[in-house]
Amino acid sequence: MLEIDPQLCTGCGVCEDNCAFGAISVVNGLAQVKEQCTLCGNCVDNCEAGALLIEQGEAAVKVNPADYAGVWIYAEFRHGEIAPVAFELLGIGRRLAAARGVQLAAVLMGYDLQDKAQELIWHGADEVFQLDDPGLKDFTDEAYGNVLAHLIKEHKPEIVLAGATAIGRSFIPQVATSMGAGLTADCTDLAIGEDGNLLQTRPAFGGNIMATIVCPDTRPQMATVRPMVMTALPPDKGRQGVVHKLDAGAFNLAARVKVLASVITAPDKVKLAEAEIVVAGGRGLESAKGFALLNELADLLGGSVAASRAVVDAGWIDYPYQVGQTGKTVAPKLYICCGISGAIQHLVGMQSSEVIVAINKDPAAPIFAIATYGIVGDLFEVLPRLITELKNRTL
Amino acid sequence: MKIIVCLKQVPDAKNVRLDPKTNTMSREGVKSIMNPFDEHALEEAVRLAAEYGGSVTALSMGPPQAGEMLRGAVACGADAAVLVSDRAFAGADTWATTYTLARAVITLGGADLIICGKQAIDGDTAQVGPGLAGRLDLAYASCIKKVQEVKDGVIIAQRMMDDGYDELEIPLPALFTVVKEINEPRIASLKGKMKAKKVEIKVLDAAGIGADPKLLGLAGSPTKVDKVFAPEARGERTMLTGTVAGQVTQLVEKLEAVLNA
Ligand SMILES: Cc1cc2nc3c(=O)[nH]c(=O)nc-3n(C[C@H](O)[C@H](O)[C@H](O)COP(=O)(O)OP(=O)(O)OC[C@H]3O[C@@H](n4cnc5c(N)ncnc54)[C@H](O)[C@@H]3O)c2cc1C
Ligand SMILES: Nc1ncnc2c1ncn2[C@@H]1O[C@H](COP(=O)(O)O)[C@@H](O)[C@H]1O
Repeated sequence: MLEIDPQLCTGCGVCEDNCAFGAISVVNGLAQVKEQCTLCGNCVDNCEAGALLIEQGEAAVKVNPADYAGVWIYAEFRHGEIAPVAFELLGIGRRLAAARGVQLAAVLMGYDLQDKAQELIWHGADEVFQLDDPGLKDFTDEAYGNVLAHLIKEHKPEIVLAGATAIGRSFIPQVATSMGAGLTADCTDLAIGEDGNLLQTRPAFGGNIMATIVCPDTRPQMATVRPMVMTALPPDKGRQGVVHKLDAGAFNLAARVKVLASVITAPDKVKLAEAEIVVAGGRGLESAKGFALLNELADLLGGSVAASRAVVDAGWIDYPYQVGQTGKTVAPKLYICCGISGAIQHLVGMQSSEVIVAINKDPAAPIFAIATYGIVGDLFEVLPRLITELKNRTL
Repeated sequence: MKIIVCLKQVPDAKNVRLDPKTNTMSREGVKSIMNPFDEHALEEAVRLAAEYGGSVTALSMGPPQAGEMLRGAVACGADAAVLVSDRAFAGADTWATTYTLARAVITLGGADLIICGKQAIDGDTAQVGPGLAGRLDLAYASCIKKVQEVKDGVIIAQRMMDDGYDELEIPLPALFTVVKEINEPRIASLKGKMKAKKVEIKVLDAAGIGADPKLLGLAGSPTKVDKVFAPEARGERTMLTGTVAGQVTQLVEKLEAVLNA
């Protein structure tokens, strides 16, 4: 419960202003809590009078953190390749392992892994737990989850990280639940706190608010990490490490859900979530044909196309390309939006991009409020010129 | 087929924003809405029940005001609505939420199929669906974009992946989460609205779902919010000026710096 000390409360209203849920109001000079309160604690931090307190209570599930050691990352492997996010996880994993003075290990599972484990070692892993079995050819939550849970129980790592990809976000929550461990989704920053706990920072409310999460009483501390945020280390081919080749017989690889077919629809194109450059189009493109211009620009820059919901709804491009509240969240180095008005539901999916370029003929379009570079103009004039000029430069 | 659809009431994201300068929250009268993904979960539940026979129960954990959202779900075709509500649930993270929802599902006698949205837009965690499936030991798949058919106790469906999709065979009982591409949610009919007005929303508290109080709410949550803060303000903003040709040249110069970095 959120307690308010009537002796200390000055009725200043800072808590009321700071509540995302509209759960506090000052009545007759005294703060009062309403039922919407989620105990997020933001008001407690902001109360200068120290009048607010959240009764934490005794944690129900508790483990001894000293029993757990080591940083682990899950190295996603699909269709013959290790997902790039695995190398990014090794990058941040090395920093965390150094801060804790422990080893960094990777878990690699799938079928026909060849010598991919070596790449994980070059990128920073001290150890790789590898399970190569036909039963893991297709991704199923159950088999993959069983393997990871089994390994965690056996080796007790203190931290387990996975990419916030379709696969990571699908099966990691079940692993965490079965461990009684907390799980922080889609982190954009990770660090070790003074008390040795993992500080897990992530955007909430579509990036309007950042929250730092800790799991003081449970282990392992688990997080999924947004792709393209952490930096991979350059591969060091001289690095040595140990690959533990595991025996499939020790694991339960049965899965109730069967994969009948695995269809790749975006084979050659850069994957949107991993793209460093994104060229996005909105209703200003006027038709599906307008996307030809965008595709040309995206190809030229080696990036991916993306779209606002309006054009996905209009059927000009498929839903996997939608960015925003009900689509994907991206944070590329460069996001060029053409003919997108900048509705808040679109902004929440792309506002963490490093550089944002907006091309829109309406000078009052809200997209300009967050654009690093804005061009007020007709995209049908601007884009062809931009394409020509870029071509000239690269020649 | 007994279907339970899990719905969450969330603050409308566009009304929530921290001012990076003052670090205070501006919320122009926080409006609560049904989580947008859950509208698609509800629609799919209603559609499947109509096509293959069955009933749809809308289930939500939240404060009493979430009852209004559940009424809206009945207006859109749910047969019954259950609200699990107790002060003791406040501060629940996804671990405590899945425990509470799992207890509620068990109290309701289980289901052949549970449908959740992919994620809730307040926390964007996408963890409750998979966690709930784990607790109830159900066959499970996330991000379903199409249910092709249900027959002989098996669902044939497509799961969205980062590089395409997988076609799955999911045996019942099962839980899946949906993405928005799966359907177009209907608008409540007049008849539905009339039904919603009269429907009795069943309310269950912690005792009513036989929950262990220690595993609920803040105390039962392994994750704790350490601090909440405003994201860094975006850097410099420049409006390019001049002729179209001039603006494009300026832009290319700026982009070269970005692209070569
Ligand atoms: C619950 C909910 C969830 C949503 N989720 C999302 C989401 O995930 N992603 C998303 O994108 N939206 C989402 N939306 C929709 C969002 O509110 C907007 O409707 C949508 O983003 C608008 O798309 P748009 O900018 O392409 O179209 P418009 O708003 O119509 O903007 C078109 C812009 O193009 C400009 N333009 C027109 N012609 C030209 C030209 N020749 N040259 C240059 N500029 C031109 C116009 O000036 C205008 O600014 C959501 C809405 C709701 C209610
Ligand atoms: N309090 C809740 N009550 C009912 N369903 C919920 C609740 N929280 C989450 N869900 C369901 O779980 C999905 C994922 O939510 P989340 O893990 O919070 O992103 C939502 O789309 C809902 O279907």
